[in-house]
Amino acid sequence: MNTQLILEVKDLVTKFYTLEGVVHAVSGVSFDLEEGETLAIVGESGSGKSVTVMSILGLIQSPPGKVEGGQAYFAGKYGRRDLLKLTPAELRNVRGGQIGFVFQDPISSLNPILTVGEQISETLVKHLGMSGEEAQKKTIELLEQVGIPDPKMRYRNYPHQFSGGMRQRVMIAIAIACNPAIIIADEATTALDVTIQAQIVDLFQRLRNVIGLAVIWITHDLGVVAGLADRVLVMYGGRVAEIALVDDLYKRPQHPYTIGLLSAITRLDARRSNRLVSIEGTPPDMLIPITHCPFAPRCPYVFERCWQEIPSLIVVGKQHLTSCFYDLDKRRPRDG
Amino acid sequence: MVKNKVLLRIENLKKYFPISGGLLSRRVGAVRAVDGISFDIKKGETLGLVGESGCGKSTTGRAILQLYKPSSGNVFFENTDLTKISTEELRQFRPKMQMIFQDPYTSLNPRHSVGKIIAEPLVIQGLMSKQQRKDQVAQLLELVGMNPAFMHRYPHEFSSGQRQRIGIARAISLNPSFIVCDEPISSLDVSIQAQVINLLQDLQEQFSLTYLFIAHDLSMVKHISHRIAVMYLGKIVEFAGGNALFNNPLHPYTQSLISAVPVPDPQVERKRHRIILEGEVPSPTNPPKGCVFSTRCPLAIDTCFLAPPEYREVQPEHFVACHRVRAG
Repeated sequence: MNTQLILEVKDLVTKFYTLEGVVHAVSGVSFDLEEGETLAIVGESGSGKSVTVMSILGLIQSPPGKVEGGQAYFAGKYGRRDLLKLTPAELRNVRGGQIGFVFQDPISSLNPILTVGEQISETLVKHLGMSGEEAQKKTIELLEQVGIPDPKMRYRNYPHQFSGGMRQRVMIAIAIACNPAIIIADEATTALDVTIQAQIVDLFQRLRNVIGLAVIWITHDLGVVAGLADRVLVMYGGRVAEIALVDDLYKRPQHPYTIGLLSAITRLDARRSNRLVSIEGTPPDMLIPITHCPFAPRCPYVFERCWQEIPSLIVVGKQHLTSCFYDLDKRRPRDG
Repeated sequence: MVKNKVLLRIENLKKYFPISGGLLSRRVGAVRAVDGISFDIKKGETLGLVGESGCGKSTTGRAILQLYKPSSGNVFFENTDLTKISTEELRQFRPKMQMIFQDPYTSLNPRHSVGKIIAEPLVIQGLMSKQQRKDQVAQLLELVGMNPAFMHRYPHEFSSGQRQRIGIARAISLNPSFIVCDEPISSLDVSIQAQVINLLQDLQEQFSLTYLFIAHDLSMVKHISHRIAVMYLGKIVEFAGGNALFNNPLHPYTQSLISAVPVPDPQVERKRHRIILEGEVPSPTNPPKGCVFSTRCPLAIDTCFLAPPEYREVQPEHFVACHRVRAG
């Protein structure tokens, strides 16, 4: 198979220097993204999933935040470049132009005093150098493409005149306006009701098939991921716990945290059971630097070694990596 | 165990919020948050109330507890109509009916210690000495799986899951028989949600509590509820036992709601047929004339736009309000 990597992230480290101490938000995260692929980054709040992508795109506010290590090679229009080494102006060009975003909360990401049409046209004029008239025509096309009824009239509306689901469609229109190579959707459907969430997920799938977008889908919801992602990256405590193709992850999870997450969620197609399997304890305090596996305090398979060193990712199958010292198939600690 | 004794009976409950406008602040309209719903809650059961944001499910919970005065209708709690009694009499009922809130951040006073927060209902009811209250708080903390020594700490020192446990301890402090759980887990992480749900179920068993469990997460509602009511735009569109509702949903809205919930299994997801609803929920200030769901319903016919459907029992213990569903 001849697939092109458009994003390669290596050993990313991001810390926040706060009054209470240093928050170790991301500690050595590596992953890559193929052209046209949908990669889901799954984790609970504070696991570092959003900080990971914000770091890559230079969106970490400094101070208090600081990207302290790693590389992020992006194969964009101007060749393969390390995003972490670009100037702020170059980065601005990448953001919006070649990498688009959709955030969780569309109301705070849209400007309340500009019409929706103006906000989309702005992107087109700025990044593609279109004239005002061209931009308006293209904007109406885009609104239609993301399923907003009566786009000509809606062009002149302000964000408050749109519902949550419609605003999210506007955000998607802005994100795809400049034909980006990648779209990053950060909890894009979390604030929406299920029936609206289904509409947005459906729209993403259609756009992926039509435009061939690569998508990084950040979420805490393993349910949405199942129907959407090609590969899944599970984060815990600022590190990668497991990466696998979507089928493998759900069928043959190789990290105790992934197993815990999968059994903690209720399934509509399951028979009513009396008790949920919960992961005992609480997520790690990111203020405390660790020298052991971050999941060790909550792990049912924990043994001596887990307390002595931090596991790194090892290959356990085709495109399947896990950072765990315990071999879940053989039910014993791994060799070496 | 669910007995068949009815604890609460809600009859034709309505809650309209007035909209005033114009120079003289006259009443120009109303938000029909809850628009004539009737059901009963049996002793010891968990009744799930699901629907999308704005459908009136939280208002229903609050109107039952008389935190909002209902616009009309009756709420019978053990045969007393709560809507007809005085504030003083209502206070006698308060210890029996409690609430657990969605947001564990705003529902706990940041300036009060955990001990003070949990003891507050006991102080208000004035039943115990200071020492007795302290012992009771320690016991309650233990009951919800927390260290009794935490009573001297403040809410900001706890994670959201622990705060929710504190909220639960406060809710059960007066030994209630009925608790409205208003989206108690929707702001929690997945691994913590399961802990809180298990705790709620343990407490229910131990103290034979009755829950009204309000949520938008259908799979969690299915897990915890014995019977489920589906709300849409201020009305109950379907009401049935959990299994009947999920195995045999009759209302087109329930059907699409169930089909919209993602299943955490890629193979199932690829094969699933999803009913994607067009459009969005209409405004409750101006609900559709006929059936509330008619504007989005894939099965709507002329009748649906003209007259509201009757809410009726089409199968034993299975109620639905839809013109297109036949009895039998």
